[in-house]
Amino acid sequence: MSRPASEAGQRSQATGWATAARELGLASGAPVNLGWHLADRICAAGRGGHPALLWEGHAGETRRYDFDDLRRRSNAIASFLAGLGVGPGDRVCLFLDRVPELYFAFVGILKLGAIVQPLFSAFGDESLQTRLEDAGTLALLTQRRHLGKVRRARERLPALRHVVVVDVGAGALQPGEVALDLERGPLPEAFEPHRAGPETPSILHYTSGTTGKPKGAQHVHGSLPAQYWTAKVALDLRPDDVYWCNADPGWVTGTSYGIIGPWSNGVTQVVLDAGFNAERWYETLEKQRVTVWYSAPTAIRLLMREGTELAYRHDLRALRHLASVGEPLNPEAVHWSRATFGRPFHDTYWQTETGCIVIANLPGARIKAGSMGRPFPGIDAAVLDPERFEPLPAGRVGQLGLRPGWPSMLRGYWGNRSAFDAKFRKGWYLTGDRASVDADGDFWFVGRDDDVINTGGHLVGPFEVESALLEHPAVAESAAVGKPDPVNMEVVKAFVVLKPGFEPSTDLELEVMNALRRRLSPLAMPQEVEFVPSLPKTRSGKIVRRVLRAREWGEPPGDLSSLMED
Amino acid sequence: MDDLERAILDYVRREYLEEDDDRQVGLETPLITGGIVDSFSMVSLKRFLERKNDIEIPDAEATPAAFDSVRSIAALVRRVAARRVPV
Repeated sequence: MSRPASEAGQRSQATGWATAARELGLASGAPVNLGWHLADRICAAGRGGHPALLWEGHAGETRRYDFDDLRRRSNAIASFLAGLGVGPGDRVCLFLDRVPELYFAFVGILKLGAIVQPLFSAFGDESLQTRLEDAGTLALLTQRRHLGKVRRARERLPALRHVVVVDVGAGALQPGEVALDLERGPLPEAFEPHRAGPETPSILHYTSGTTGKPKGAQHVHGSLPAQYWTAKVALDLRPDDVYWCNADPGWVTGTSYGIIGPWSNGVTQVVLDAGFNAERWYETLEKQRVTVWYSAPTAIRLLMREGTELAYRHDLRALRHLASVGEPLNPEAVHWSRATFGRPFHDTYWQTETGCIVIANLPGARIKAGSMGRPFPGIDAAVLDPERFEPLPAGRVGQLGLRPGWPSMLRGYWGNRSAFDAKFRKGWYLTGDRASVDADGDFWFVGRDDDVINTGGHLVGPFEVESALLEHPAVAESAAVGKPDPVNMEVVKAFVVLKPGFEPSTDLELEVMNALRRRLSPLAMPQEVEFVPSLPKTRSGKIVRRVLRAREWGEPPGDLSSLMED
Repeated sequence: MDDLERAILDYVRREYLEEDDDRQVGLETPLITGGIVDSFSMVSLKRFLERKNDIEIPDAEATPAAFDSVRSIAALVRRVAARRVPV
């Protein structure tokens, strides 16, 4: 049987999170400012001189900041924003590459009690504007190179009053834009952190669904014990580790385990602000003597393509623990990792909404290659019948459900109560992922329960892609589905019906692809556009994506009786 | 700089740099590691190269390293084009 809620589960839940809260010095109901915990608490514990951030830019420039630097720079940003009139509860967007200012601002905004809204800096005009509009964002931090997108979005965003540019140099600013130079400005010794309670909003991470616009998953300061504890237990972080998380903080892995997890544990982390290059990654692992590495299957598969020899040319003996997240880790990657690094990647499973790892191959446990592992102690997970929402027997595929109650679970979708309520049935949080559990209690990922496309570990909503496609003058109708991809698990494929007067061509395909990239993001750009005379539809005219998706995956299309005939 | 390199450079500047992006892109500028072209956008760049040069670049050769500069991309295009069998 899969695992129903049990007394033992409840006890371990209480024990695990309570241990974390005790180690963090959190008395029940006491203020718990996440920003303060990531910097000031570590300094107060006598580790202010310990390295917090080992940063390297794409051109090879390096910077090193200790926890006291982090404390004072986050104070500077909190003071600066307060001076602009930003206060508790206001939404502040980070639209930055992985520059040091992003990390300091994340902590500073939390200290101020404002809500951090990190957005992937490769987002195009529409993706940026949609998310800022939905959140009613008051202030945004960015770099000169992204100002064009921000300015275009701002024309339609009256609520966005402050744009803070962190590298403005001699560039001209427009009204409402202000420069912040952390390297030259004052670094206040003290900043009184907002007295955040466990339920005070902290972070807004946008995530895509099948229908409608992206939703802002809202998290709280009281999530801290979950990220602290799972980073310590599932990622095996220890005080003198050098930790590298490959994720961008535009996505939840880049905040929960690219900022909160390591820094709440007082652990040094490495950031490489550069695109993927296998040689460069191995150099970073070697040079920084990385001990714990949290990566993603897509990156691992790209490394596998480059061969083992490249890895062997580097001294990677410092590596102690390897983990992966974002999409299922295929068995070949686990075996390759053992052969190449002498230790396996440990798959972990969680979502934007869960805020922390909920299923994992824990350090030291035996790994069944290809399995996501077992529920993290304190998490109650089950595979549910998709109609009745009751746990299914072992071996059956159903929807993965989690019993609510762990500290970092989302508290809502920003301004969208009905979408939040729809995530719960019969006391279970529904992940939207299909899985099975075997007789040993190990969980196996099967796929999404909806039409959302998981590409390289990032979720892309088909509705967003289709809406953007329809903006193109040549497109009459469109459907977006995931198609298999050896590196990214799946990539976006678009089916397009052209308006009269337009003919399919490679030029037009390229034009459509680039238009989507600029409008949405490189992730959402279809990697293939197929021009078709018509799309499969129900008799009521609704496009049936599953038929197209099944064709791409070589699967049976399911019941076709309700489809309209051409 | 030959015609092929110039065409690639023009395309990269036009498609991947924002108006306000004042970074200088030359033949040796790192495109992938420099964050100008990401691994997803590589697909549209590959499609452009294939269309422009009437070739098909095998996925196994379309690596981030091969796409990391205008010069290395041009070299890849020349290699693939040289293998083309005349019809």
